[in-house]
Amino acid sequence: MNEKLLEIHRTMVRIRVFEERVQELFLARRLPGFVHLYLGMEAIAAGVCAALRPDDYITSTHRGHGHAIAKGVDLDRLMAELYGKETGVCQGIGGSMHVADFSLGMLGANGIVAAGCGIAAGAGLSAAYRRSQQVAICFFGDGGINKGTIHESLNFAAARKLPVVYVCENNRYAQYTAIERTTPAVELTSRAYGYGIDGVSVDGNDAAAVYATSSSAIERARAGGGPTLLVADTYRFGGHFVGDAEEYRTKEEVAEARGRDPIARLEARLLDEGLLDDAVRAHTWAEAAAEVAAAESFAESSPDPDPALLAALTRD
Amino acid sequence: MTERTISFGQATLDAMQLAMRDDERVIVLGEDIGWGGSFGQFRGLRDEFGPERVIDMPISEAIIVAASVGAALTGLLPVASMSFVEFTMGAMDEIVNQAAKLDFMSGGQVRVPMVLRASDGTLRSSAAQHSESFEALFAHIPGLKVVAPSNPADAKGLLAAAIADEGPVVFLENKKIGSSRGPVPEGRFAIALGEAAVRRPGTDVTLIAYSIMVRHAEQACAELAESGIDAELVDLRSLVPLDLETLYASVRKTRHAVVCHEAWTFGGFGAEIAAQITEELFDELEAPVARVGSRRSHIPFSPPLERAIVPQKEEVVGAVRHVLGSRRQTV
Repeated sequence: MNEKLLEIHRTMVRIRVFEERVQELFLARRLPGFVHLYLGMEAIAAGVCAALRPDDYITSTHRGHGHAIAKGVDLDRLMAELYGKETGVCQGIGGSMHVADFSLGMLGANGIVAAGCGIAAGAGLSAAYRRSQQVAICFFGDGGINKGTIHESLNFAAARKLPVVYVCENNRYAQYTAIERTTPAVELTSRAYGYGIDGVSVDGNDAAAVYATSSSAIERARAGGGPTLLVADTYRFGGHFVGDAEEYRTKEEVAEARGRDPIARLEARLLDEGLLDDAVRAHTWAEAAAEVAAAESFAESSPDPDPALLAALTRD
Repeated sequence: MTERTISFGQATLDAMQLAMRDDERVIVLGEDIGWGGSFGQFRGLRDEFGPERVIDMPISEAIIVAASVGAALTGLLPVASMSFVEFTMGAMDEIVNQAAKLDFMSGGQVRVPMVLRASDGTLRSSAAQHSESFEALFAHIPGLKVVAPSNPADAKGLLAAAIADEGPVVFLENKKIGSSRGPVPEGRFAIALGEAAVRRPGTDVTLIAYSIMVRHAEQACAELAESGIDAELVDLRSLVPLDLETLYASVRKTRHAVVCHEAWTFGGFGAEIAAQITEELFDELEAPVARVGSRRSHIPFSPPLERAIVPQKEEVVGAVRHVLGSRRQTV
């Protein structure tokens, strides 16, 4: 457990440093397109993925960098993808919202809200059929929970007891809209009752709790016990995307949420328990900074993709 | 190779059985398929292969397709049944934004080897939500292959090829020909996607058709022959990939082309074929390419009104006479 918490801490720090640099690079117009950052939500991806086997599957969202990093996607190739470069994990064809690394079971970020939920159920179906003991994690949000696809996916997975864990990252805003405005039953775990499965609530800013809760859901899924709906309450430090004017929430609310920083919270616990000291903590941050700087240089110096790739990938 | 005379539906069942016996990665998902499906085209599969491979799905079109995508990404070869093609509208995100794009968006890391089977076309007043033909919607999307066989033997061979294909294939089965019978080779064979078939050689005009319209065009050819018009009939079999070489060779010879489909003419796949022929062979055409398709209306329930909308032999004959007539006026 202690070693796991340190691993989770390193992952969270890597996500934080990566995303903060991505924000700077985007504002400096180094990155094409637009980006949705995972800042403030790091405990969920890091905690859940720490409970997975390397061959387990995840599906992700438009806010997918954190999931990709937690599943082990190489930072050089992830950064190069955000730059749209040939060395990117998707050869610069997918971009921020479509980052995928199938060799790691990372079945894709997705620009369509909750679309990964159906794909995760299919991966779970496949794992069950092949008796591979793999589990599929479906990350989605409080916005995604109102899509019809999540209903179809949960019902199907529950009916067949598929090895899928549905992780709802409830950051309280579906893009700009607060959950209370669109969702009468704000206690999202109550949805689980309708599918005859367990719904479990966890503090999504408490990495140790996320790890413990998701571990038991994952173990149950692996053992044939079927899916779980896990609702992890958290908060998005930044806007829906970088550049969002954030008129829908107050500065005070954001500042208050930043006071519940999941990394600071984990570090306080690790320091308190003597699992971490200031030197190791500083080293972890410095190492992540060096890794992200190297990823940026790699991406900057990489070539653009060859236009011939487009015809090759159309497959007619 | 020995042949049996069987129905179109039975021919697809043969292809499914052989594929499932040969490769345990092949699974089938759909509504009611354990009971044989809406047209009996899956009859007996659950008994032979069991409920783990022949999966009765909830009436949840999105998850039928999405689960197939997820399974295809992780080592299986799913065949998803959509019953009526209109039902695919409940899964268009999964078809267009997921199945068709994941290979591309991942930079080619994965293929999405799945088949989406759907019945289309008019049959006995099925009315507006169970009668339409949507091949143009699918053909428009890069990354989707689109197959529309016209006879039982092709249905078997093309379905075998679709299951073996590495990419998502939309396999369209016209309801009117689902029960039609024809000679089908026994045993394993595949018909490559993207190879049109010349059903009838001719010299005066090229009829280009697929699915049910091949049958109407064959009847039209016979009637035209009685008045001395020798029509060549090309059955596309697959729309994507499209066998332009066979089309061009035929039109170079006949210098006249009529494209026939049951789908709406406006914005239909025939418009693409007409444009391709016109761009490639403009100087060799003796008349504009004509199109035969449904009038711009939803399909009505009333039998005489349904007939008024949807083209058959008479409309094909009329279009051919018009094309040849317009030549005579310009020569």
